[in-house]
Formats: sequence, structure tokens, C-alpha cells
Amino acid sequence: MNTKGTVFKYQDNVDTDVIIPARYLNTTDARELAQHCMEDIDASFVRKVQPGDVIVAGWNFGCGSSREHAPLVIKTCGVGCIIAKSYARIFYRNAINIGMPILECPEAVDAINAGDVVGVDFDTGVITDETTGKTFQAQPFPQFIQNIISRGGLLASLKED
Amino acid sequence: MGMTMSQKILAAHAGLEEVTAGQLISAKLDLVLGNDITTPVAINEFQKAGFHQVFDRDRIAIVLDHFVPNKDIKAAEQSKQCREFACAHCVSHFYDVGKMGIEHALLPEQGVVTAGDCIIGADSHTCTYGALGAFSTGVGSTDMAAGMATGTAWFKVPSALRFHLTGRLPANCSGKDVILMIIGMIGVDGALYKSMEFTGPGVAALSMDDRLCICNMAIEAGAKNGIFPVDAVTEAYLAGRCERPPVVFEADPDAEYEKTIEIDLSAIEPTVACPHLPENTRPARTLGEIKIDQVVIGSCTNGRMEDMEAAYRTLRGRKVAQGVRCIIIPGTMQVYRDCVEKGYVTAFIDAGAVVSTPTCGPCLGGYMGILAAGERCIATTNRNFVGRMGHVESEVYLASPATAAASALTGYITAPEEV
Repeated sequence: MNTKGTVFKYQDNVDTDVIIPARYLNTTDARELAQHCMEDIDASFVRKVQPGDVIVAGWNFGCGSSREHAPLVIKTCGVGCIIAKSYARIFYRNAINIGMPILECPEAVDAINAGDVVGVDFDTGVITDETTGKTFQAQPFPQFIQNIISRGGLLASLKED
Repeated sequence: MGMTMSQKILAAHAGLEEVTAGQLISAKLDLVLGNDITTPVAINEFQKAGFHQVFDRDRIAIVLDHFVPNKDIKAAEQSKQCREFACAHCVSHFYDVGKMGIEHALLPEQGVVTAGDCIIGADSHTCTYGALGAFSTGVGSTDMAAGMATGTAWFKVPSALRFHLTGRLPANCSGKDVILMIIGMIGVDGALYKSMEFTGPGVAALSMDDRLCICNMAIEAGAKNGIFPVDAVTEAYLAGRCERPPVVFEADPDAEYEKTIEIDLSAIEPTVACPHLPENTRPARTLGEIKIDQVVIGSCTNGRMEDMEAAYRTLRGRKVAQGVRCIIIPGTMQVYRDCVEKGYVTAFIDAGAVVSTPTCGPCLGGYMGILAAGERCIATTNRNFVGRMGHVESEVYLASPATAAASALTGYITAPEEV
């Protein structure tokens, strides 16, 4: 599994309220929610994002609420991967449970610029910045989590057990 | 090697003699919780995966609190979906308008959670119940769906930070000042993936409402859970409340902590978290004249009876400053009723405040007190992120009920002792 696309870059502590403001949480419709993805931090994101694009951000991405709507709207917008220095734990867990690929790689975050074209190989954890030619090695998921993702998410994996 | 209190509860629920930090386990759940925003997503996932039954109708709690009484048609549809699911599965702990409250104020009050429990909730502030000596943590809707179906959840066993409390809080401070000070000290990811375990001789002097408030905001430091030891205060609170017997766990004397942080409660000051992160804390007295447009006193952090008492002590017989909207939201119907009976509601209204039925409402920018561009609010809520209570150009300052009420009187951010 791979993704390749243009980078949208954000700072530390991107919280779930800016990923999807609570004022829109009166629906569970992913496509409707996705129209407001990143609205309070980057109003042009939804207009610009293309399938396969990559979000790159600093420490503690996804802090705040437990709303699963947050990784869901990012996935629904077509984002192929998030690369951050670290994640808030509920966001991390939710992303895995819904099958949104996320990697931790502080070196890559420091080196990659907004607008770069970046490719990610999920099997090896190798991140390639095609604009600068630099490559980075992200931590692979532990086996337990790989199993959840490869079976198509938490509930699908439970049905198989 | 010894285990922390959180690790001991997890080991017991995983059927293991011992667990160590970083270990992946599957644990049995005593309660699975959701609200009117997260439960609809969980119901969709539950049904999509083809589950037909919940694991135990007495171990699921569904609380309609974020957007109820329904703020609009879509919110009404979400509440309806929760109501129908709760009815179809005979969920015992379903709380609708009339008996609902803000979930983390309500469930301890109603005795639905107790010491020794292992709890997940599709709400980040589920960590509140650590105040009772439970392991309790926030998850997403898919975990809630899986928990409702199987009664189990996977966990990575957390390491822990120990907060060794000594001394006694000054009269103008409460649990909110303690947790804001700690978050300011360690940062919004200072306890990421970890337990925050509160110990030491200072614990005994903290009321249950203080402890619930402190554990409630453990998530704002990134923690997996916050937890207090079970003592006489806990036992007095739990007595006669919960049908299930409490189970008392204690950290081993040789438990390993990543770090021990000493907190002298007597040195705590009224503290305010400035926009736009809970870690941007300052002593209230140092803030200068920061004018406010709105005050919110309530939420799962500070909607309990002691919070209402603090507001009453400050506001009774006085007037909210000209140009300030003061919104007071008791956390549960019981708190609301007590406020009516004790005359607090009359005093609040006479002071020029409004009193609402329980709701999360303004805390997350839902309704009942949304801010316009350029407006500023001091709130006893838990988050002050960009756009949290309304327009992206509005500002939220987090503080205790005493500080928020004092600020309502002056019209700018004010320490309790200044009024």
C-alpha cells in the first residue's frame, strides 16, 4: 500500500476542534462533515486537497476530543497519509480503528516543506520527499496494530476472531 | 517489579497476574459509555459490522447531553437514533431529557461507576472517573461499538507520572486551579499515553468534586487516565450510591513511575489558561485588565454542587457587570434541583445571570452561548482551542468557578480575592 501527493503542513497541537468543529457534529454523514475539514485552521484546505495528498504536522496531532469524525473527515477528503511528530492517543487509536494511515517521523516533519510532493510506502515505512530527493524511515506499526489495519479495521478484525 | 494503581486494575481485568508498561492486553469492561454525538457513529458501526446484541444491557450507558434539549433538526435526529437503539437493546443506563445530566457529572452522582472499574467512554473526558479509583479512559466511536458488542477493549498498558500532593488548598482555590497549574507545568502533551496518578498526604483534604475536576482534565495533558487512591472521602461518596460493590486497588510500594512531581497544594494560586491552549496558564492576579463579554459556569469539569456553591458565594446580593452575559449551567438535574431548593437560582437571576438546564452546549461551541468574532469569554470549561466556543476570532480563558464568578462582577478577568 502506498500514497503519493502534495504536502499540507501544520504546526504542533492541531486539535480536533480545528480538524472538524463541533458545530457541525449534528450529522454522521462523512461527506457532509468532510466539507468542513480543517476549516478553522486552513479555510482553503477542502478546495485544494486531492486524493493521495499528505498532511505533515508537529507534536500532539489530534489533541482534544474523542470525536472519530476527525480522522474520518481527513480520510474522506482523500488524504493518503498523515505524518506527524506525535499523536494524541485517542486520535491515534481512532485512526487505526477506521483505517486512516498515520506515521510518526519527527525528522521527516522537520525536513518536508508545504507543497512538496511526498510518497509513502506503508509496508516499509519509507517516506520519500520527491521534491528534495530526501528519504526518511518511519516507525512501522506493531504487529498487533498491523493485524487490525490489514483486516480492514477493528470491527472487521473482531468478526474474524 | 511492582505495578501502578492503573496497571493493577488493568491486570485484574485482563485476567493476568502482572502487566508491564507497553504490553498490549485485552481487558474486560465494567462500563461502555457514549453520548449523543459519538453514539450515533458507534451505532452505525455496530450495525454495519452485523452485531445484533449488546454484551450486557446493564453495562452500557448512553447519555444525551451535548446538543440536548435538541439544538436543531439534525441534533434531534441523532438523539432519536440513540433513543431507538437504547430502547431496542433495553439499555439500563439511558439518560434522556428530564433525567439526563452532563455525562461525567451524572454517572458518578448516580452511582453508575465505582472504584476498581475498568471503563471506556466515547468522550475524551471519560478520564473523570479516576477520581473514584477506577481506570477510565476516552476512546472513539468504533471502540465504543466494539465494547458494546464484546465487553472488552484492547489497551497498551500505560506508564505513569506520579503527582505527590502535600499541604492544603487556600480558600480561594479549588481542584480546577490544581489541574490548570499542573497542565501549565507539564504541557498539553506532558502526560501523553501515560497515567497521571495522584498520591500523597494532600489527597485527603481534596473533596470528591475537586478530584473529579482534576481527573476530568487529565486528557488536556494528553494522559490516558488520571487516578486517585480510594480513601475515606471516596468511601463516603460511594456509600449508598452504587449497586455494585467497590473494589479497592492500591499501587505497589515498589511501583515504577517515569517521574514523581511534587505539588504543594498550599502554594496554588487562582489560575487561568489563556488562549488558545490549556497549557498557557498564568496566575489570575497577574493578568491585568482583560475585558470579557461572557462568563460560562458549568460543564463536565465544573458543573457540580461545589462549583455552584462557589458561584453563589460570589454572586449573591451583587450584580453582573454591565455588558457581561453570565450563563450558569448546573451539570445534572440533581444539581439543578439542589440549586433551586437552596435559593441559588433566585440569587443567580437576581444578580443578572441566566440559568440553563444541563447541557454541554457552549463548552464545545454547540449552542447556548456562542461567541461572535472578537468576543472573549471566561469559562469553567476544559478547552480554549481556536474556535472552541464560536467564531475563530473569539477567545476562551479557562478558570475556576470562583474566578469566573468574580470576573462576572467586574467585567474583566479577576481573582476571587479581589471582589
